[in-house]
Amino acid sequence: MMGETMKVDRRDAKLTLAHLYVAFIALALGGLAGLLQTLVRSGKFNLPAGISYYTILTTHGVLLGLVLTTFFIIGFQFAAVSRTSGAFSDRVRFWGWVGFWTMTIGTAMTAFFILTGQAAVLYTFYAPLQAHAGFYLGLTLVVVGSWISGFAIFAHYARWKKQNPGKASPLLTFMSVTNMILWLVCTLGVAATVLFQLLPWSLGITDRINILVSRTLFWYFGHPLVYFWLLPAYMIWYVVIPKVIGGKIFSDSLARLAFILFLIFSIPVGFHHQLLEPGITPFWKYVQVILTFMVVIPSLMTAFAMFATFESYGRSKGATGLFGWLRKLPWGDARFFAPFVGMLFFIPGGAGGIINASHQLDQVVHNTVWVTGHFHLTIATTVVLTFFGAAYWLIPHLSGRVMTKAMNRLAIIQTVVWAIGMTFMSGSMHFAGLLGAPRRSAFSTYGNSPQALEWIPYQIAQAVGGTILFIGIILVLVIVTNLAFFAPKGETEFPVAEAAEPAERTALAMENWKLWIGITVALILIAYTIPFVDMIQNAPPGSKGYKLW
Amino acid sequence: MHLHKYEKIWLAFGIGCLFVFLTVIGVSAFAEGNQPPSCLTTIDPEKVDQTPPFDKPGLVKTGNNEYQLNIVVSAFAFTPNQIEIPKGAKVTINVTSKDVIHGFEVAGTNVNMMVEPGYINTLTKTFDKTGEYTILCNEYCGAGHHMMTGRIKVVD
Repeated sequence: MMGETMKVDRRDAKLTLAHLYVAFIALALGGLAGLLQTLVRSGKFNLPAGISYYTILTTHGVLLGLVLTTFFIIGFQFAAVSRTSGAFSDRVRFWGWVGFWTMTIGTAMTAFFILTGQAAVLYTFYAPLQAHAGFYLGLTLVVVGSWISGFAIFAHYARWKKQNPGKASPLLTFMSVTNMILWLVCTLGVAATVLFQLLPWSLGITDRINILVSRTLFWYFGHPLVYFWLLPAYMIWYVVIPKVIGGKIFSDSLARLAFILFLIFSIPVGFHHQLLEPGITPFWKYVQVILTFMVVIPSLMTAFAMFATFESYGRSKGATGLFGWLRKLPWGDARFFAPFVGMLFFIPGGAGGIINASHQLDQVVHNTVWVTGHFHLTIATTVVLTFFGAAYWLIPHLSGRVMTKAMNRLAIIQTVVWAIGMTFMSGSMHFAGLLGAPRRSAFSTYGNSPQALEWIPYQIAQAVGGTILFIGIILVLVIVTNLAFFAPKGETEFPVAEAAEPAERTALAMENWKLWIGITVALILIAYTIPFVDMIQNAPPGSKGYKLW
Repeated sequence: MHLHKYEKIWLAFGIGCLFVFLTVIGVSAFAEGNQPPSCLTTIDPEKVDQTPPFDKPGLVKTGNNEYQLNIVVSAFAFTPNQIEIPKGAKVTINVTSKDVIHGFEVAGTNVNMMVEPGYINTLTKTFDKTGEYTILCNEYCGAGHHMMTGRIKVVD
């Protein structure tokens, strides 16, 4: 096949690097906000100068949940598509830059309104708390910028298909396209509530808002959002990790099938975030719980493929016994070690997700700090450690440098620090949540309630974990700064593995986008039409805006 | 597309588990009535104080050992916030919000629901054990969010 030596075009590399710079600046600032939150919640520390806990919390959520992720993912996908489908045309690259600047200006606007205290509405911005219109406008620009970049990727993909008729597209390109389709379909929901409800209402054009419709549109977006975060990690697992360890992709077709299943099942599931809400009947909640469980299937396939790759590789190196292959894996290579630790954390993370999506169990943990503990395993460990592991080869590949042994060792230490910090923080969040401690709340003893006093030791453990994690953030920033600007010049590989078996015809069938998008839309209509019409027909009087912070 | 034999076993086991879970949830919800709070009744959020039963919030006896507990939630208070319930009472809790979205949680129990302006939410709970329970708001509602609290005392 064409060029295992292929490099990302230098001009495309600049585009990706620009995205990664913003992503890691967001990590630095958002991580600092996270540290302050855990310190406040320990009860031993007050924020100086009258800064509000909720301003810090909003900053943390927006910077890490939306900015770090979206910028890293789009930057990574640009590199992945350029690497596997060839350099971008000038037009595609131009629109890539337009997307980048649109997102960056949007981020700056949003940050301005949060930091000036005009938008302490958290990153979920539930109405009728009403932020300054500039906050919503900034977020709109972030989403619109990501659409522009998505269409740039689609255009490049279409050109590749035209030039290679009858061939299945390169796996990383296929996966990037799938993820951007998922993103496009799901962001339509959040765009609808922002453009038609929140913006006119915050500008004073309309004075009332339908709360339940707004929340439902948000969660139509909010759950696929987490799959938009996860799928790039899966791209790295499926395609990059096998090459890093010296093995092959277990199955090209099954990897594609898993991605298509994510596209189909990850959207019509938002009600599992709304299980305890009035205004939605239990029947429709259960329908979406069933669909939620279906999204587990492609993750099960991914888990199998990963460990099959690891075991086949180990056995090919002469490993014997049931677990002998484990010893053959390159534990000293941070490009493998960081994502691998991420995979391990996905086992409790995924199990916790199934718990959260189950009616009766959600009753116990909904809106407790358990949920915060959950997504700090999934996004803040599994996905983030995988992204760190990717940055360790992606950044030097793009900057024309090589990672030194010392930096690799530091990256291994970083991974261990992260795992320890997160075990403390997320573990104690899970336990405190089971006892009832709420999420998204500043320190409080609830009037010296004996129950709330029991949570304090766990909150101190969270602060310990948060501090360790912040050290982890400093370490990763040292590493990526080194790789971008100071490491020795040289060539670093962008690892792309080959499939164990040549691509089959099925791989081509997986690109029947009309069919997949058709099924996706049909499932969305089935899961949402009737309850959505009910919400509008039986709507209570709308709500005025409130600024209660 | 080729599926390895072990992968078939793994997926059959995994998907089998999912269906067992779904069956457990479904039977518990639809046959045993353990549904999530999903009340469809609407209310004008600006007229909560004039709308029964929230015009006279508090505990009302409705039958033999059966009660209704109506609570008005607003920024940043529960009304009422000190409640005494006889042990063993079956209590239907109705909540609604006068302003933004709140959460209604009785810590250490399964009483947990979203409180949204325009809607009443409801849930039934039997208080079997004596003791003191903390009521708190578990959905961010503004600067005083973490100050919202109340107590339920279950007494003999």
